[in-house]
Amino acid sequence: MSEVIAAFELENLRGEQVAFPGNGDALVCFIKEDCPTCKEVMPVLVAMHKALAGAIDIQIIGQTLGGNKALDKAFAPGFSILDDSALKVSFAADVETVPTLYRTNASGSVTDTLIGFVRAEWQDLMQRMSSELASPELDLDWQKLPEWRPGCGSLSVDPSNADRLRAEAENSPIRARKIIIGSQDDEFEFMFDQGFSDGLPVIPPTPERVLRMLEGTRRDAQEIVGVMAPNLGEVSIEKIAINAVMAGCKPQYLPVVIAAVEAISTDDYNVHGVMATTMGASPVIVVNGPIRHQIGMNMGMGALGQGNRANATIGRAVRLVIRNVGGAKPGETERSVLGNPMKFTMCFAEWEERNPWQPLHVERGFDASDSVVSVFTMTSGPSLIVDQESRSADALAGTIGQTLEGIYNPKAHFATNCLLVVVPEHVDTLMRDNYSKADLRRRIQETSSRPTRELVGNDVSGAGLNPAAAAGMSEEALDRMMPKFRTEDDIHIVVAGGEAGKFSAAFHGWVTGSIGSIPVSRKIDI
Amino acid sequence: MAMLSILDPTDERVPVSRQITPRPKQITGNVALLDISKPRGNVLLDRLEETLSQRLPDVNITRYAKPTFSKPAPEELRQQIQANNDFVIEALAD
Repeated sequence: MSEVIAAFELENLRGEQVAFPGNGDALVCFIKEDCPTCKEVMPVLVAMHKALAGAIDIQIIGQTLGGNKALDKAFAPGFSILDDSALKVSFAADVETVPTLYRTNASGSVTDTLIGFVRAEWQDLMQRMSSELASPELDLDWQKLPEWRPGCGSLSVDPSNADRLRAEAENSPIRARKIIIGSQDDEFEFMFDQGFSDGLPVIPPTPERVLRMLEGTRRDAQEIVGVMAPNLGEVSIEKIAINAVMAGCKPQYLPVVIAAVEAISTDDYNVHGVMATTMGASPVIVVNGPIRHQIGMNMGMGALGQGNRANATIGRAVRLVIRNVGGAKPGETERSVLGNPMKFTMCFAEWEERNPWQPLHVERGFDASDSVVSVFTMTSGPSLIVDQESRSADALAGTIGQTLEGIYNPKAHFATNCLLVVVPEHVDTLMRDNYSKADLRRRIQETSSRPTRELVGNDVSGAGLNPAAAAGMSEEALDRMMPKFRTEDDIHIVVAGGEAGKFSAAFHGWVTGSIGSIPVSRKIDI
Repeated sequence: MAMLSILDPTDERVPVSRQITPRPKQITGNVALLDISKPRGNVLLDRLEETLSQRLPDVNITRYAKPTFSKPAPEELRQQIQANNDFVIEALAD
């Protein structure tokens, strides 16, 4: 029930816009065609209109367009029913039941409200109005009408419409389905039961928390940023914000999460394959640019480990979006034979200031002042490269090359890519000889190269090139040196880690190129 | 504690499923009859109470009513029903 009826404008069945000023003496009735009581009330409305329309503004509002047309055809009522199939006027007028008849006075206040049909009430109001307005009585045999009929639920309070209408009325950006957790239920247990969690507790994404999270971006909450495999679920900014709340993100992390989700939703990235592979691949997220400092990411000591909220929760939020919107769950479409801890979260920032070379994002075509997220698909790591002895760049890069040859298995050349994380002390050793990134890549390829004949499967290790195929190769072909990586571009290099410790690390890739996953970088829209 | 509302993190293609309490084979103890305050719900519950009392003379029946059908039952009412009853029958009517 409402105390006032706000001004509105609705279209009638003749296609005319009808304005209600919100401040006049008026009768406003809400009806719905599939409600039997509304049909029984129609003759009253027809008689009411005939008797009083000359003296007072009368608006009959129907909640479905098809229903309005049907009523018009069945009753030829002499008025044209207004179309409120958007239900905004019904919602604003707080209509819970149809029929509801409001009478408003000159100031727009509701003076009478009739809900459903109680004959005595309707008859009383109509008689009062006829006498007040010096109008004829309604031409109606009241005794033929039922004494009492309950009304029906208004479509504006139907649960499938009410949340949306409330959100629109409040100008709220939230459109996601609301789930009520019973007061006897534990909300954390409920989230586990629903399968929303990665196995660790998640923060319940209440509307209040999600609204606060959305403060972190200027983008429209309903903007679709991508389609997430395997279910091909549409990912809106709102859904990302919900999962970011669950992961424990602060609102200022949201732009990073959005950019990472955009990156993994691309064909190049191929998240479907990344999740489905039995190999156990997972996104590894590297953040570059000013945002690293603005949100307090760890790029120094322990950067690849736990303990920093931004690193931990950004990676986790991306994983939760894949799980919840994309539907990739272990044992279902996520088929990794072992899984790996990166599947909880793997996100860190590059320590650009400790990097003597171009930072990752500049190398990948962005401006140094851009904030950028780059997403790689990795199956193992961080796997350490231990060298505390080398004092020259060549010697250290040689260790790195030899260690990287072990990726997958030593004979697996041209098989994948890697993300090499060089720690500061190793950077210093490399810079002692003014090594560039290109020098490092070249040396890795050089020291991981093997004659093709050494990569053939044998009794020591059956892995490698097929012996039958090798038997058909020329001596020259068997002597040809094969580096570990198909191209130097498969060696991605960043700098991170604490000042002390000669332990660089590498993440080992998955299938590369168009049949696998291609690393994707996206500028972060701050 | 008030009811908590959360937003669905999924693509919403699957309805939210909830665990229901195991259904006992026999009706014993206390039965709540809840009128949600839709018109004539009380009429339906009157008949039901009559029938239940005849068939199951040993059960205790208590009547409850929600203030309005259009809103969830107040927390206090829900707690009261839960604390004092083994079964609840909620009547939708019109």
